[in-house]
Amino acid sequence: MNKNVTLTIDGKRTTVPEGATLLDAAVQCGADVPTICYHEHCTSYGLCRLCVVEVEGQRVLAAACVAKAQADMTVSTASERVIRARRTILEMLDSAVDLSEAPEIEDQLNDYKADRERFSEGWERECEVVDDNPMFIRDYSQCILCWRCVQVCADDAQYAFAINFSGRGHETSISTFYDQQLTLSTCVFCGQCVGVCPTGALKPKREWLLETGHEQDEIIKLTQAKRRKKKRRQERPYQTG
Amino acid sequence: MMQKDSLEKPKNNQKLLDNIAPFATEGRSGLLPALHMAQEMYGWISESVAATIGHALKVPLADVFGVIDFYTMLYSRPVGRTIVRVCADPSCSIAGAKEVLDNACDYLGVKPDETTEDGEWTIESTTCLGLCDQAPAALVGDIAITSLNADRTSEWLALDAKQPVSIIDGDIRVLTRDCGGSTPTDLETYQARGGYLALSKACAEVNPVDVIEEVKVSGLVGRGGAAFPTGVKWESASVAEGQPKYVVCNADESEPGTFKDRVLMETNPHQILEGMLLAGYAIGAQNGYFYVRGEYSRSIEIITEAIDEARCAGFIGNNICGAGFDFDIEVRVGAGAYICGEETALFESIEGKRGFPRIKPPFPTTHGLFGKPTVVNNVETLCNIPMIIRDGVDVFRSYGTDKSPGPKLFCLSGDVVRPGVYEVPFGVTFRHIIEDLAGGIKGGSLQAILVGGAAGAFATSDELDVPLTFEDLRDANLPLGSGVLMVFNELRNIPIILSELAYFFAHESCGKCYPCQLGTQRQYEILHRVVRGKVKRGDKERLLDVGWTMTDASLCGLGQTAATAVISAMDKWPDLIED
Repeated sequence: MNKNVTLTIDGKRTTVPEGATLLDAAVQCGADVPTICYHEHCTSYGLCRLCVVEVEGQRVLAAACVAKAQADMTVSTASERVIRARRTILEMLDSAVDLSEAPEIEDQLNDYKADRERFSEGWERECEVVDDNPMFIRDYSQCILCWRCVQVCADDAQYAFAINFSGRGHETSISTFYDQQLTLSTCVFCGQCVGVCPTGALKPKREWLLETGHEQDEIIKLTQAKRRKKKRRQERPYQTG
Repeated sequence: MMQKDSLEKPKNNQKLLDNIAPFATEGRSGLLPALHMAQEMYGWISESVAATIGHALKVPLADVFGVIDFYTMLYSRPVGRTIVRVCADPSCSIAGAKEVLDNACDYLGVKPDETTEDGEWTIESTTCLGLCDQAPAALVGDIAITSLNADRTSEWLALDAKQPVSIIDGDIRVLTRDCGGSTPTDLETYQARGGYLALSKACAEVNPVDVIEEVKVSGLVGRGGAAFPTGVKWESASVAEGQPKYVVCNADESEPGTFKDRVLMETNPHQILEGMLLAGYAIGAQNGYFYVRGEYSRSIEIITEAIDEARCAGFIGNNICGAGFDFDIEVRVGAGAYICGEETALFESIEGKRGFPRIKPPFPTTHGLFGKPTVVNNVETLCNIPMIIRDGVDVFRSYGTDKSPGPKLFCLSGDVVRPGVYEVPFGVTFRHIIEDLAGGIKGGSLQAILVGGAAGAFATSDELDVPLTFEDLRDANLPLGSGVLMVFNELRNIPIILSELAYFFAHESCGKCYPCQLGTQRQYEILHRVVRGKVKRGDKERLLDVGWTMTDASLCGLGQTAATAVISAMDKWPDLIED
């Protein structure tokens, strides 16, 4: 039989099954806990920390997407510390990444009254669009490092292991092996990474070409997979007397 | 530009395959040793070499590159035959490291991170090398040289410079009893002074549970910075379900200002090994990993030799002391990443991955290395174990205070007359260590002491009489950290020191969680403005928001303490930043 735990979230008592996260419990209570990196079909690594909540008696804030609900916890989802952390994370992210195609994060910036100029002098992760295959483009200046693409490419879904990381800290980026073209990598062009990308960092090539003002027939040419029939090189066996 | 063909190319993959064959059987866990091997063979790791390794170890190529690019001592592009790394962290910086670096760059005709045209030299500015007591310091290749003279570049590049010898002194000599001189204590000497008696005594007459009980009763807590009760950790791993279990010695000492573990490894390696063996005996583990940072090549050599010595003498291996206890120790070498001192990042590193810290819970005692119950202890912590078992809890507790029992090592660096490692019982004051033991302040009066390391806090002359115990420091709002006392005289510029610390954290952030990935960079940028006198309106509040966000919301201890020194300084000197 499944055990339940009862805890208090924003003054409301709530009961959830053992093993549920604080995010599950908060959602059940109707509390609004924002998330960025969280995706219900991907492993949660607690990266963005936007879902942090304050648990009474704990030294630091807890990431609700990974912290388990425990009996008699007292949780605040919108304390002063929580709000400051969320707002500052959003402001810093906004200063580092082009969020123009991430409407959900832009809403969060508004919700938390983020000052979008606050860190505007900071180092922005600008880079050129990578257009190395007929299926999709990679614009890492829009990448928020939510890891979803790496996860679905690896053991969360596709087991293709075509992408991982380069650099570290603020210089971290998603990368193939020695930054090689995707067409040379183990990428199978399943498109799952494009599907889970929450910003415009990964985008179907057709969409990108339309946006950049290309005409339909031109787009068809540019995105056509080149199927070259391999010539049979083997010699045909002939009977020789 | 360097000549491309000036470096040995992987002409023959077979040689590489032969060399990495022992690691290939370990699969992914053999990745870092294999990459070290390739780095050593070719001077850098080319795409084809990396691919060969990936295929041999069955690791996806993108992951292989991810690992290479994470660690600063592995290079995915050609570099010089000799890499010169000049430390730039505060103790070295105030001793003139910038001039040392600038002059060396001029001499070689390159900028930092560049390679000379003949492909001989690459010069880098690096983070703490654990030689803070003999600043300024550098590595030339893997040789550490110290007390560098900026005017003698050609001499020190030719290794004509001081080799590291630390002052080891103090009120007591318990952990450092056999430490001193420039050669490590060998097995024979160690044994003659009672070494391995604790191990043979435990194997012969003490149950593992009783060993754990002894350690618990001793009140020993971790000396790496987190101060977690050692006995409780052992007990938790001992009762945890799952086999095999592991003991890991954390010798990834990289916190600016910390060098005690290096001194312990270089002077008395068997004491640490005996501590690990006792931990293994207590929790029922058969395997130990000794993880040393890659910059400590001398420590690596000494520990490796000591393991061989102990193995030959029957203290490591099968049926140790004839008591049916099997335990082996493998040395693992880091590759330039402070974050790998965080215990779960250290596991990831041993497992052949990027050093990303894991989410806790679950804790290492139940889900540690390879997901198995693991005890991970700092070098100094393990050094306390043999004496506790050999001489008994009462002897251990006769040092220090009731709440902070035992001996403790402090790392004195910066503006003191005699920087070095000082062993004292807990409870002596800052004043005693700085004035009586280390000879007082050099070059002026005391301005501040950075207590605990880069992740520490500042004390001033008002706090000189605070006793160094966990309880008194807590009341004074100061962390003990890893036992760092970095001393600054009145002439030192605190904002510059803060910006150097901020640079360190920005450089060492793994990039996993947003607060630290973004916050360490923004913190550095703001402090850089402060140093240049270009403070923007609102910078004070910005710095506090970034600092508290990292402290409150970061995933691991690195991010959670990356702003501690900055916040402490702003608290101590409210006018430090005028915006």
